This record gives sequence, C-alpha cells and structure tokens, in this order.
Amino acid sequence: MTLFRHELRQGRTALAVWTASVGFLLAVCVGLFPEMKNEMAGAGALFASMGAFTAAFGMDRLDIGTFIGFYAVECVNVLGLGGAFYAALTGVSALVKEERGHTAELLLTHPLSRARIVTEKLAAALAQIVMMDLALLALALISILLTGQTIPWREILLLHGACWLMQTELACVCFGLSALLRRGGPGLGMGLGAGAYLLGLVANMTERARFLKYLTPFGYCDGADILVSGGPDPGLAALGALTALAGAAAAYVLYCKKDIR
Amino acid sequence: MYAIKTEGLTKYYGKTRGIERISLTVERGDFFGFMGPNGAGKSTLIRTLLGLLRPTGGRAEVLGLDVARDREKLLERVGYLPAETAFWPGMRVRDALRLSAGLRRRDCGREARRLCERLGLDPSRKIDELSLGSRKKAAIVCALQHEPELLILDEPTGGLDPLMQREFFAILRQRSEAGATVFLSSHILSEVQRSCAHAAILRDGSIVASGAVKDLTRAAARRVSVRGRAALDALPGVRDLRQTPEGAEFLYSGQTRALLAALAAGDIQDLTVSEPDLEDVFLHCYGKGGGQA
Repeated sequence: MTLFRHELRQGRTALAVWTASVGFLLAVCVGLFPEMKNEMAGAGALFASMGAFTAAFGMDRLDIGTFIGFYAVECVNVLGLGGAFYAALTGVSALVKEERGHTAELLLTHPLSRARIVTEKLAAALAQIVMMDLALLALALISILLTGQTIPWREILLLHGACWLMQTELACVCFGLSALLRRGGPGLGMGLGAGAYLLGLVANMTERARFLKYLTPFGYCDGADILVSGGPDPGLAALGALTALAGAAAAYVLYCKKDIR
Repeated sequence: MYAIKTEGLTKYYGKTRGIERISLTVERGDFFGFMGPNGAGKSTLIRTLLGLLRPTGGRAEVLGLDVARDREKLLERVGYLPAETAFWPGMRVRDALRLSAGLRRRDCGREARRLCERLGLDPSRKIDELSLGSRKKAAIVCALQHEPELLILDEPTGGLDPLMQREFFAILRQRSEAGATVFLSSHILSEVQRSCAHAAILRDGSIVASGAVKDLTRAAARRVSVRGRAALDALPGVRDLRQTPEGAEFLYSGQTRALLAALAAGDIQDLTVSEPDLEDVFLHCYGKGGGQA
C-alpha cells in the first residue's frame, strides 16, 4: 500500500484542482436553473427545433424546463466532459510519468513486482476518480438543495453512476496506453477524452451514426437516454465494463514485459 | 559464491547493440570497477542485472538468484544508485527516504540519519530546491540506508565535490570491509584504480579486458619515456607516441630487444620504463584495433 498512498499524495493537487473546477461549474449550472426555468417556457420550442444540435444534446427527448431534464442536459455535460478529461489524464499519466520524470529507475529497483506496481497505481487512479465523483455528487446535492429543488435521487444517482463508469472505462483504456508509452501522455489523454465526447454527440445526431455509441463510453452516459430508458443501456454499459477490464489487463501484460531504458 | 555472474548476456534494442555476449563474475565482497566511455554499454549491463531490461540472450545471476525469475528477492538485497538522480516532485529528502524504506518494508531511519550526517545532507530540505550534488547525496542515502549486500553504482560521483567523493568512497570501503560487494561503473579511471580490487573494461558492448587492477596494469603495455632522438615511428608495438621538446613518450607492447635496438641506433640520453596506470590500459584497449589486455 506504500505506493498506493504515494500515488494519492502525488495526485492530490490535480484532484483538488479538477474537483474544484468541475464542481464550481456544476454548482453554477445548478444555480442557473431557477432563473432559466422562467425563461425556458418561451425558449423550449426554440431548443427543440435546432435539428442536429438539439439531437446531439438530447434536447429532442427531454424537457429542459424541468429540473431533471435541465440537469441531464446541462449539468451532465459539464460532469461528463470535465470528468472524462480528469480520468483520461490520470490514467494516461499513471505509468508513463515514471519514465517521463526519470523516476522509473528508482521505483523499479525496489523489491516490488511489476504486477504489484500496476495494481497499486491502477487502484490509486480509480480511487481518485471515485473521490472526485463523490465530491462532485455531494456538491451537486448541496447545490440542488440550496436552489430549493427536490432531489430526484434515483435519476441523479443513475446519471452520476453512469458518468463514474464512463470515467473508469476511459481511465482504464488510458492506463493501458500508459504502459505502452515512453514519454508524453497528457496530450493523448486529453485527445481521447475530447474525441470520446465528440463521438457521443455525433452518435446522437442521426440514426446512421448511432453505431458510434459502441465506440465511446459517452454512449451509455447520455443524460437523455438514461432518463428516457430509466437507466444506462445495459449492453453498452457491459461493453464499457469489458473495455475497462481489457485496458487494465493490457497494462499488466505490457508493463510486465516493458524495457525501462 | 558469486555476487554477480553473467553468461553470454546480450541485449539489443531492436537492431541496435546494447551489450553483446558478456560473461562476467564478481566475487562476493569484491570491490569491482566497470569502465567504458559513454555508449559502451555500462548502463545497459547494470539495467539488465537489475531486471529493468529483459536480456535478448544469455543469463544473469545476482547473489545466486536468477535476474529474470527472482527479481523481487534479489532487489531486497541490492542497493542501486542511478547515474541520473531524479525524485518525485514536491518531496522533502526525509519523505523520499521514508518512501524508499516503506517500499522495502523496512525501518531504515537510524541508518538514514547516520548517512545524512556523514554526507552533510539536511533531510528537511525539499529535493526540488537541492543542488545536483545534494540530490546525488539523497540518492546515495536511498541506495545505502537498507544496508544492502550488493551495491550497484552507476557513475556514482557525478556532481559530488572532491571532499564528498572522498567521504563517499570511505563509506563504500567500510561497507566493503563489512562484507558488502561493490560494483561500480565509471569513466573516471583514477577512481577505479584507487578503490577497486578488480575491474573490467567495456568496448562496443563487449568486455575487452578484466581482472585484478594490479594484473591489468602489469599485463598491459609499458609506458616508455626517452630523452633524446630515436626513430620510433616504424617500430612495431609503439602506441600513443607523443613527441616532447626533450624526446618522446609512448606505450610499448612489442619485444624489448627491438625497442633497445631502436633506441641504441638513435641518440638517447635517458630512458624511463614504468608500469602504466589504468588510464594507459584503458587507452590501450581503446587504441587502434583495441585488443585484449
């Protein structure tokens, strides 16, 4: 557990900054709802008639004049995008940062197996994502209460739960890539996070692009889909969980064989 | 029992040669120097011994344990000082030392304090704010604090001032006298000659000379210095010929009779023949064509 604790200490600043940034935006978003609600009555028809843009954000299937409809479109986008970037960055940096910072020689000449190093680093990355998600959930709940709304527990937990799974999948895939890299990482992580988000938007635009939901973890954490279907698509979520496992397994295989130059 | 034993150890990075068919033995308790210029393969050999690199061929044992199979067990008993000292950002010296001890599941506090005192290292300082030399000291304490049986040191004195180098070698000699094996790579030949009992010279990834430091210097060419003039250019066995205002200096590995004949044919006032130092041996090995010393 020494390495696990060390990883948490090393990552605490990034965790605090990302949590504060995403949490602030989330709280602002929730705080805007009472004012937006009054203006939504007139704007609802406009938002519902913007074609592909409307479909991309799921506004053709949700009433953003209701709190949960607004939350699923606006707040889940903030939560999803911010969470995806943080998860991708945390995952992609976890292993490669030792080679990038020239600390790999120091770490890997201690009596720890490579598998143990991968396990403790992966556990630390996933724990940081859970910590961020719990903090964001708490902030969201407090913001909802402060704006005088009733907490729609089931929907909020489903939306946050799906975002957690999406971040876990992205973090594990990026963690697998981290085992392969010798330098760099953040750019690739940000690119993957942004790419996955954009694929999710495009997948909502037309029926022909719907297959893209199988390629991006945003496929099962789309707010509109979750509220309309009563939960994330189980097939897509299971595929996401399997992809996360494959990413983690790849990290074990690659890192245990990797030459540390 | 050997501290290090390699048989035909080879490492290629794709098509690029790292080390090639290295067979080497280092006795337990030995103070062994490993020399070669940059790119000769010193760090590749060390990293292969520590399991950081997977060998392309051959095998290696450290403290009787197979490097590929028993990596964690052997690393418990090895202290490693990398050539390039890097620590995690934002840490104090004491945090880094505690982390290293924690990763070894050992309490090394007392020995760490003792070493910090000897090296004049303040454990409360932030590593990011330390000079190169002080960072090297922190890395030295990291490598020594768990009192390993085998010390593997890659260019250990880089960044240390001469006084600190002396103190560091005094610590190493004490560890060696207490039974630890010291295996150090260096391109500072005087350092190896002063401290090491045995040495090996690496050239283009292969060992070109190895043995006791005394034997290496004895077996190599003699350093000859003459005052006066003689025709030496064409004499077989002359290397590193340097003309001086008074005469000439060179390394000679040919027949003594031929040398004396050449000198007698010239106008020589004085002649000195001496055993070469390790630098001469090194240059001999790296001279035109190289060759076994």
